Amino acid sequence: MSDTQTKSVSLPVLGQVTRRTAMKGLGATLGLGAFAAAISPLARKAKDISAEELLQKHYKDLDGDARAKVIARLEQDAKDQYGKNVTIHDPLPIPGTKFGYAINLSVCNGNGKCVEACHEENNHDRGSNQSYIRVLEMERGSMDMEKGNTTYTHAVPAEDKFYLPVQCQQCDEPPCVDVCPVEATWKESDGIVVVDYNWCIGCRYCEAACPYHARRFNWKAPNVPAEDINPEQGYLSNRVRPQGVMEKCHFCLHRTREGRMPACLEACPTGARIFGNLLDPDSEIRWVLKNKNVFVLKEELGTVPSFFYFFD
Amino acid sequence: MQDAPTHSAELLEGAKHRHLVTYPHFLWRLFVLATEGGVAYYVWMVVLTAVALVGANAWANQAADGMIVTGMTDHVSWGLYIANFTFIVGLAAGGVMMVIPAYLYHQRKMHDVVIVGELLAIAAIVMCLLFVTVDLGRPERFWHMMPGLGRFNWPISMLTWDVIVLNGYLLINLHICGYLLYTRFQGRTPNPRFYLPIVFLSVFWAISIHTVTAFLYSGLGGRPFWNSALLAPRFLASAFVAGPAFIIVTMYLLRRLTDLPISTQAIKTLVQVVRVTILINLLMVVSELFTEFYTGGSHIASARYLFFGLHGKSGLVPWIWTAIALNVVAAVMFLHPRVMDHSHLIKLACLFAFVGVWIEKGMGLIVPGFIPSTLHEIVEYAPTLVEWKITAGIWAFGILIFTAMLKAAIPILKGRVAEVHLPITTMNPPTDSAEVTAEPNG
Repeated sequence: MSDTQTKSVSLPVLGQVTRRTAMKGLGATLGLGAFAAAISPLARKAKDISAEELLQKHYKDLDGDARAKVIARLEQDAKDQYGKNVTIHDPLPIPGTKFGYAINLSVCNGNGKCVEACHEENNHDRGSNQSYIRVLEMERGSMDMEKGNTTYTHAVPAEDKFYLPVQCQQCDEPPCVDVCPVEATWKESDGIVVVDYNWCIGCRYCEAACPYHARRFNWKAPNVPAEDINPEQGYLSNRVRPQGVMEKCHFCLHRTREGRMPACLEACPTGARIFGNLLDPDSEIRWVLKNKNVFVLKEELGTVPSFFYFFD
Repeated sequence: MQDAPTHSAELLEGAKHRHLVTYPHFLWRLFVLATEGGVAYYVWMVVLTAVALVGANAWANQAADGMIVTGMTDHVSWGLYIANFTFIVGLAAGGVMMVIPAYLYHQRKMHDVVIVGELLAIAAIVMCLLFVTVDLGRPERFWHMMPGLGRFNWPISMLTWDVIVLNGYLLINLHICGYLLYTRFQGRTPNPRFYLPIVFLSVFWAISIHTVTAFLYSGLGGRPFWNSALLAPRFLASAFVAGPAFIIVTMYLLRRLTDLPISTQAIKTLVQVVRVTILINLLMVVSELFTEFYTGGSHIASARYLFFGLHGKSGLVPWIWTAIALNVVAAVMFLHPRVMDHSHLIKLACLFAFVGVWIEKGMGLIVPGFIPSTLHEIVEYAPTLVEWKITAGIWAFGILIFTAMLKAAIPILKGRVAEVHLPITTMNPPTDSAEVTAEPNG
């Protein structure tokens, strides 16, 4: 085919082709250079992400060996990044267990020890004072959260108030799990909704879907001084989270799956918190469900929480 | 163009075997056409490129430092990016308002310009995909969402539906535009079998992209402000305002800057579309506000915050009243009985409607969904400079590719650029665009 004919058709000024082409080449080179310069900050991030991390499979697709390797790598990363020796366990759900939580609102006095304990146990960012628990100070005679307040600083308990701690309700119909486009969050057989921090893409759809404000996003990498890091960690729970992923309350599964109580319960000075196995008829939580008038938050949404509240 | 069939017959046999040569040649010609132009064209493209690069740089910094550089928080976890995403899905869907009169109602005059709507859809979908990407905390993990490679939570997650419908709409429009231009380039008559069914599919698909996007929000029971069955129809109504409004202005610009035959009838058709949709949109807004405010209860907290402020916080109040004012004024302007006699009036009305819907869908819909939060805390949101830069960058990039596509498409549509084998100099310049020849008895 004759190329000149094409040009004579579409390019009216044949003589300028060379100069124009040269100008275009220059423009394209400048443009590409400017583009490379513009996105160069990515290099800062890229050096923190290894190929193994980038290509790591979903938690459920890791067989025993691969999971051990990933955990070894994460322990090494924690050492490199935070200068701390940590051990990351991966305790699995105990068959025949479904965890439930209940809070006695007649006893809770809003002291906030649970909030602090959660913050420390779960290696939250120190700067933002993050926690999985929010305690609403509520007006007596009303369950209207709009009349609640989470930012009180006065002495507790205040006159004519009661206190409503809210954390992940570990729903049986969790809207957060439904909406995740990549299955980075799911409900385990013991009723705990977990997040694979190495699979989450950070779209925050689950955060929008949660009716209990139970999810937290890592807007930046958490900042925890080495001496404050809790070295006893779980893969799906309190290991230090990467930047840009979602996290949430996991009922301290690194403790509770090994027979201990959640950190928030241990820290509660009033004994308002009751935790246990819903499938064990002799458990304290079952006694509460049988003998107290319990209720759940936002029951009308059909989320079926495993988190209960009651007044004495 | 009476002699076109003759050309087709002669060329058909050879063409079958020549695609391997012709198609790359076609792509190359598109590229050359898009990068060829006068000084004004180059200035325009350089400015858009510069803004796009500013956006790319802001995004690279955001990816490195974390989303902390945005104004978003755990309370308001979606902001300007998702607001723009939602609006631009509508822009893409609105492009279909040219296809319906052209192909469903056989309006010949629309055939000249229907490609403008389809190219707009392509540019808009690219912008949508970019807006979602810049909203990701871990963009390098996007492959987790790819079916087969990652874990695609289909059919449960509405976001996976959105991935499917958006990418599908992109492919559909790429096919229609690509096929029509390629056959035109070859001097062939487009075979209706290869694009008409796809055109009809695109009409339904356009509705689906905005419906699914509305379902993203309306499916969340914990967000009463979004949890409304009217959300999807409202999205469509406002899309069919913003999309045609953008195209009307584009057509006036093309009429001045190019020789694409843009009939007044085509503009009039779109003006008539907007006249109706803008009223339907306002009616739906009123319906929702009636339910919210007349019924009362705690469900109205978001609406009250949006329109009047709540507990002393009123960050969105100026936004929404601006949007309402723009929409109402635009509606009145469009309803002017002799609006077609005043092109400046139309252009201004389009601008008002466009900006009005942009606010209504963004700061007026996405953000108040998060305020008050699900525990009824009021944390306000304002976009940071980084968010504005990235948003401007994506808009500039979208307009850049829209311009480049039009620049390449128009000469091909006009028959000025075609494959070298054609005796172009002797061919009658077509009086109508390529699509017309596809009509029976055309």
